[in-house]
Amino acid sequence: MTAMNNSVRNTARLLTAGLRALLVLTVVCGVLYPLVVTGVAQAAFPGKANGSEITSHGKSVGSALLGQRYDKGTDKKGNPIPDLRYFQPRPSAGLGSNRTNGVNTQYDLQVSGASNQGATNTDLINAVKERKHWVATTYGVPESQVPADAVTSSGSGLDPDISPAYALLQANRVAKENHLPADRVQRLVQDHIQGRQLGFMGEPRVNVLELNVALRDLAQNRR
Amino acid sequence: MTTAAATAAGSLSPALAGVLQLTALIAALALAYRPLGDYMAAVYSSPRHLRAEKIIYRCIGANADTQMRWPAYLRGVLAFSLAGVLLLYLLQRLQGHLPLSLGFASISPDQAFNTAASFVANTNWQSYSGEQAMGHLVQTAGLAVQNFVSAATGMAVAIALVRGFARSRTGELGNFWADLVRGTLRILVPLAVIGALVLVACGALQNFSAIHGIGQFMGGTQQTNGGAVASQEVIKELGTNGGGYFNANSAHPFENPTPFTNLFEIFLILVIPFSLTRTFGKLVGNVKQGYAVLATMGIIWLGFTALMMWTEFAHGGPALQAAGAAMEGKETRFGVGASAIFSVTTTLTSTGAVDSFHSSFTAFGGGLQLLGMMLGEIAPGGVGSGLYGMLVMAVIAVFIAGLMVGRTPEYLGKKIGTREIKLAACYILITPTLVLGFTAASMVLPDALASMLNTKALGAGPHGFSEVLYAYTSGANNNGSAFAGLNANTPWYNTTIGLAMLLGRFLPMVFVLALAGSLAEQQPVPETAGTLRTEKPLFAGLLVGTILIITGLTYFPALALGPLAEGLS
Repeated sequence: MTAMNNSVRNTARLLTAGLRALLVLTVVCGVLYPLVVTGVAQAAFPGKANGSEITSHGKSVGSALLGQRYDKGTDKKGNPIPDLRYFQPRPSAGLGSNRTNGVNTQYDLQVSGASNQGATNTDLINAVKERKHWVATTYGVPESQVPADAVTSSGSGLDPDISPAYALLQANRVAKENHLPADRVQRLVQDHIQGRQLGFMGEPRVNVLELNVALRDLAQNRR
Repeated sequence: MTTAAATAAGSLSPALAGVLQLTALIAALALAYRPLGDYMAAVYSSPRHLRAEKIIYRCIGANADTQMRWPAYLRGVLAFSLAGVLLLYLLQRLQGHLPLSLGFASISPDQAFNTAASFVANTNWQSYSGEQAMGHLVQTAGLAVQNFVSAATGMAVAIALVRGFARSRTGELGNFWADLVRGTLRILVPLAVIGALVLVACGALQNFSAIHGIGQFMGGTQQTNGGAVASQEVIKELGTNGGGYFNANSAHPFENPTPFTNLFEIFLILVIPFSLTRTFGKLVGNVKQGYAVLATMGIIWLGFTALMMWTEFAHGGPALQAAGAAMEGKETRFGVGASAIFSVTTTLTSTGAVDSFHSSFTAFGGGLQLLGMMLGEIAPGGVGSGLYGMLVMAVIAVFIAGLMVGRTPEYLGKKIGTREIKLAACYILITPTLVLGFTAASMVLPDALASMLNTKALGAGPHGFSEVLYAYTSGANNNGSAFAGLNANTPWYNTTIGLAMLLGRFLPMVFVLALAGSLAEQQPVPETAGTLRTEKPLFAGLLVGTILIITGLTYFPALALGPLAEGLS
């Protein structure tokens, strides 16, 4: 009986020790640590720590790190119609998306995520083909010139970038829609190409929001 | 960067850029190897306690100088982890009534159990969507805390096993509370503070804002989440946890904003597991023994990375062929090469963070991810769990070598007798039993089958089967990444994956600690001319072979039904 009581008491003492250890480490790792990091981050890098918002003419136009959509309303079926005056981002599958055709159907900031469709999934195969057709006909280029990022959705569903190839491919149509000289818009895209970091990290890219902000300024100054 | 320079840099082929990123990563890991490995060895062998640590020990009510035999050490691990599951479960169940919930409701019982099990078991399988379910309190005071302490627990168990090899004629393996607290305070927290600030400097989010509107280019606003993202992101990688703040994990620009942070996060995942081999060498008194283990891990990791880059750049599969590159589920800023490195790294460690979505990789790429986890995540593996998993494999390799030459096998001066080999054998049987058992059960349950997304895949079944196999492989091996086509937020998957994670984490620890105790009691065997030289390349080769053969024999039939069938169809 005493032996059993002892073992119960030992177990209880052990569990209490475990709980106390957890609570004190929660104070260190779950309270002090995030507060210190937040304090330093807010003091040293307030813009970045708060979401890298960019403004245009005093108005917030979004986060430089998050992709968004550039639409003019929706069609009868409720699908957004891309506003071709602006550069279009990658397709985004997002979560809970059942649309597979067209581009630019998602970019909801609170549902980050990918399509998760596999390489043999017929929905994905059809979506890629439809998107390729749409890009080729909209921008008047052969399908063979449409880059992969233009017809696939990203991992986050919020990719802020497109490839330089996709941006350059859109330039002529965007110029026409804005009544701007094609070579001026081509040059604008060239100026917005970010190369690989240090020359070898990641892939060259164009931030769509920054490009569109510059484009809108350019178009307004011409008017 | 000027336009001309950008164009010049852009002319580098993506494959070459991938190889250069890999080279830079290896160089950075090599630079950190000695200082970090030596530092960790000093942390775990120092007789002195810091003042903060003494305060903590007083709060715990434990004497940090008591030496524990293996059952006592194990009891500490289990009591601490049980407290972790209970507290995390309660935090989630009560979220709706607690402050800083961002208005999110309490989590359902099965999902709260799954998530609590997941984070305590260092798995970070997530059947919830971060930005839709978890408020500041649960994220920072619940989930992120387990990211620290579950990692520190894994390191403590690894160090206990190393002490088993290093010590003789004693059953004493050290003090669990001291190892836990030192690992957290002296290793993880300082590295995490530095890493978090690097991430914020590059654009990662770090605030406690409520959900708020952000202006949009076309007018209007969209709701977006704030959060202590960078501080959680860094320990998620450093502790090989993997649970993302946001649903999109490290693909989300707020978690992983630039190509540099991507490489930096891969570095964080790998730096402790690789450097622990140096710690091991220091503690057993022969750093060359550590190099042999490092070489084994490095060969497998590099081999997998090369194969992954090859298959992803080749982009097999009709959808990827139609697109022209394997960019589905990948971010523009990372591209194919960096995503391939991240994907191999996360599945060969017990991390499970993703910067690109595994379900959309090529079929062979998906097979590599599965195989990586099936190896038991030992190349280099999770923090601590990678080292002890690899040392168990080394015990088995030594045993096989002993059988070949007809000698009593020994490793690091310790005899590998009946008791040791039985414990090692039990260790390697646990995860396959869990993975294959639960997968088979899911294949005959209609409710479980209904959760597969990719049933429309060509050749119907294989991709769906891969999703389920992947889920249990990821859970039982404490990885946490997903072939996320599977809807895993159902009572069946929440419960069984939860069980697989707990059993896959703590049963192996029982056998590791028992093995450690058994080794520590032995008298060392003097080295003779006939002793197998375990610090030589021959042994590293033998170890690689043993790992591949054991895993291959265990899982080949399951792999043949999933990714192989899909890739060859």
